[in-house]
Amino acid sequence: MSGTDVWTIATIAGMTVVTVLTRALFFLPDKPWPLPHWLAAGFRYAPIAALAAVVLPEILMADGHLITTWRDARVFAAVVASLWFLARHGLLGTIVVGMAVYLPLHLGLGW
Amino acid sequence: MRRCGARRHPSSILQLFLRHPQLRVGVLDMALVTPGLAAWGVMTGVAMVKSGMSAVEVTLMALFVYAGSSQLAALPLIAAGAPMWVILATSTCVNLRFIVFSAHLRPYVAHLPAWQRTFRGYLFADLNYGLFIRRFPQPATAADGIAAQDAYWLGNGVSCWLVWATSSLVGAALAATIPVSWGLGFAGVLALLATMIMLATTWQRLAAAAVASVVAVAAVALPLKLNILVAIAAAIAAGLAAERLPGGVAPDREPGEEHP
Repeated sequence: MSGTDVWTIATIAGMTVVTVLTRALFFLPDKPWPLPHWLAAGFRYAPIAALAAVVLPEILMADGHLITTWRDARVFAAVVASLWFLARHGLLGTIVVGMAVYLPLHLGLGW
Repeated sequence: MRRCGARRHPSSILQLFLRHPQLRVGVLDMALVTPGLAAWGVMTGVAMVKSGMSAVEVTLMALFVYAGSSQLAALPLIAAGAPMWVILATSTCVNLRFIVFSAHLRPYVAHLPAWQRTFRGYLFADLNYGLFIRRFPQPATAADGIAAQDAYWLGNGVSCWLVWATSSLVGAALAATIPVSWGLGFAGVLALLATMIMLATTWQRLAAAAVASVVAVAAVALPLKLNILVAIAAAIAAGLAAERLPGGVAPDREPGEEHP
C-alpha cells in the first residue's frame, strides 16, 4: 500500500462529482427539460434493458468474447437462479441458490 | 398513520415520515438483495487495496464515489498515473446509463427542492432503479402516493449506500485473505438478474430485454461500457415498436399500477 497523495484525493473528489452529476443530471434544473412524448413512453423499457445489458455480458462473455464452452459455472448458476426466481419469486433465495450452484462448480471443478 | 396536524413541530413531521411504512418496504427490498450487493462491495474493496491505493484513499472512495463499475474502471488508470481528465471521462462514460435513469425518474422527484433531488439522485444506482420502478411504475399524483414514493426512495437508497460503504471497507480490510479468483462478486450479477426477471411483466418488456442482451453482447467491443447505452437505446426502440404490432395492445397498465 502506497502513501496517500493529493492528486488521487482530487481524482476521488472528481469521481464523486461525476457520480452525482450523472445520477441527478435531469433532476438539477427546476423546470423539467422537455422530452418528446415517445421517449418518455419508451422509458418504461429502460430499467429492464439496463439490467439486461449489464447482466448478460457478465454471464455469457469471458475476455471480451462469447464463451464457447458449456462448462461455465456462471451459466449454470444463472439458469438455476432464474428458474428458482420464477418458481419462488424470492430475491434473497435466488442469490443464495445461484451462489450455491456457482461456488462448487467454480471452486471445485474450476469451471 | 397519525394525521399530520397543522401545528405540528417540523421535527415530528420528520418522525412521521421516518415512520412511513414504505420506508420499511424500501429497506426490506434492499435487504433481500444485500448478499449480492455486499459481495460486490467486498470485491470492490479488495480491488481498491490491490490496485495500490492507500487506506485513506480506499476509505474516501468507498464512502463517496459509490459507483462500483466506475470505481473498477478507474482503478487501473489511477495506478498507472493517467491524467485526471482521462479518469473522469472514463468514469462519466461508464456512468452514462444513470443519465437515462434520471430522465426517467425526474417526475418522481419534481416536487422536491433542488438539493433533495440531487441527494436522491446520488443514492440511486441500478438495483435501486429496478426495485423502485417495480414498486412504482407510474409517478403518483396524489399526496399520499408521493409520500410513499419519497419514503421508499430514502429507505432503499440510504440502506444501499450503507451496505455498499460497509462491505467495501470490510473487503478492503480482508483484501489479503479473499482472493479475487473465488468470484464472489458474481452474487452481484445474480441480484441484478433477479431484479431484471422481476421487471419482465409484459411480453414487450421481455422483447426489450432480449434485444438489450443481444446488442450489449454484440457491441461489447465498444470502449467504456458504451455497449450498455447502445443496448438501452435499441431496447427502447424495440419495445415501442412491439407496442405497435397487432396484438400489442395498450402497453403496461399493470396490476397495482396507480391510475391518475
